[in-house]
This record gives sequence, structure tokens and C-alpha cells, in this order.
Amino acid sequence: MTAKISYADVEVGTELPAQTFPVTRATLVQYAGASGDFNPIHWNEKFAKEVGLPDVIAHGMFTMAEAIRVVTDWVGDPGAVVEYGVRFTRPVVVPNDDRGATVEVSGKVAAKLDDNTVRVDLTATSDGQKVLGMARAVVRLG
Amino acid sequence: MALDQSFVGRSYPPTEPYEVGREKIREFAEAVGDANPAYTDAEAAKALGHPDVIAPPTFVFAITFKAAGQVVADPQLGLDYSRVVHGDQKFAYDRPVRAGDRLTVTSTIEKIRSMAGNEVLDIRGDVHDQDGEHVVTAWTKLVARAAEEA
Repeated sequence: MTAKISYADVEVGTELPAQTFPVTRATLVQYAGASGDFNPIHWNEKFAKEVGLPDVIAHGMFTMAEAIRVVTDWVGDPGAVVEYGVRFTRPVVVPNDDRGATVEVSGKVAAKLDDNTVRVDLTATSDGQKVLGMARAVVRLG
Repeated sequence: MALDQSFVGRSYPPTEPYEVGREKIREFAEAVGDANPAYTDAEAAKALGHPDVIAPPTFVFAITFKAAGQVVADPQLGLDYSRVVHGDQKFAYDRPVRAGDRLTVTSTIEKIRSMAGNEVLDIRGDVHDQDGEHVVTAWTKLVARAAEEA
């Protein structure tokens, strides 16, 4: 593991570069294929509405995959992630238009732990609402 | 109907090995729009100390969730999958998943709770490689929403 961020250079409160991730219907179809999750709530508007959703929603695991990029892009080596967990608190609704939705993710160092690891707390929002709760990663720094 | 608490602690037989393919990792990385070269370029991955390209952190979910299907589909447990939503997800890694891994998953029911008519099921998936070394553990919380009044 060779993280490009040094443990000595971060402190509690250090902010990671925030990122915005676009999500369109095409993104969801591609993710369905790559992940093998073909649940129709992620691509079939009629089905989604029949089960009480406002529209097609993104895979929670897609949002989880995007959110950790704030950490892996920061450290460079994705293999430096030791732990990663989230709670799916609210769906990312993806309308069928040119823009789709966006997920905005920010992160900051919440604790310095043993063995050159730090805990990063992530915040993910879409349309102004938090979509992940308890989104935390432990990552090993250089 | 409440799920049977006696299923807590039950483990299911390990899955048949899943061989992690280089192109499957690339496909996944492209699907999440992640251009990190450690996922697609073996030399870049080696420069970071990995023997081959590695998979994004959440890649392994497809494998552990399929394994959890043994639990979900267990007729004796009686979970109504049509009402299930994904509540929480967590991973703890000993090392990243990488191309060439042949991974088996052992699923265990860690907890069953009833909350306001919802059934909450915690499943742990322990992932080992072909040498029997632990790679990652995945915890998946599934929530079966209460059936609506007819």
C-alpha cells in the first residue's frame, strides 16, 4: 500500500477534495450490467412507481461506489481502504431527462487511529438531501 | 410473521469459487466512472505494491450478495424478498480484491430483529481466496418492510 497522503500531514478536520458525480438513466443501465443488479426499480419507471417510488432510483451500491472515490482519489491507492460502511437513508431519484441527477460527496478526517490509519466521514447529498448516513471509511495513509 | 430467531448464528456452505476477471474489474470501474489506473493497468497497480490490477472497494458486493441469496431464498427462514430493501452495507478488508482471485463466500446470519413490523436481517459474508486467506468481510443489512394492510 502506498498512499500519497502522509499520516503526519493530516489532522482531525482535514477536508478531502469534494466531488460531484452525475447519474443518468444510461449510468444506471451500465451499472446494472456491470454489477449484475437488474432490479427494475433502477431502470423501469412504471415498475418503480407501482412499488411506491417517485421515479427510477439509483442503486444504493452505485452511490456507495461513487462516495468512496472521494477517499480513493485523495489517497491514490484504492487498496489503502481498510473499512468502508454506509447506511442507505434516502434514494437518489434519477429523472428521465438530459441531466439526470447528481450526487455531491464531501469528506473530512474525523479521527486519527492506530497504524497510520484515519477515519474519514463522508457526506453524500442529492437534490439537497442527504442520501447516505453513517458513511465512514478507515484508510491507511503513508 | 416474525422471522425465526433460531436462525441467528446459522452459517451456509461456502459458495463455489468466483474467479475475478481483469475485464470484469474494468467493466465495473467504467460503470462507476472511476479512471483510477490501479483498476485497469497492471503496471500502475504494481507500482502501488499490488501483484495485479485491483478491484474498486465495492466490487465484491456482487459476489457477497449473490452468496447471501442462499439465506434470502432459504424457504425455512421465510423472508419475503419482494418487500426487502438494502439498509446498510459495510466492508472490512485484509487486502483489496484483485484479478485472478478465486473467491469463496461463507454467509452467516448475524442478527434478526423485528422493528415496528419490519424484519431486519444482518448477514455477514466472509470472503476467502484460493489459499484460504481472508480477503474481506461484508456485512449486509436487509430490511423487509411490514406488509401493508389489505
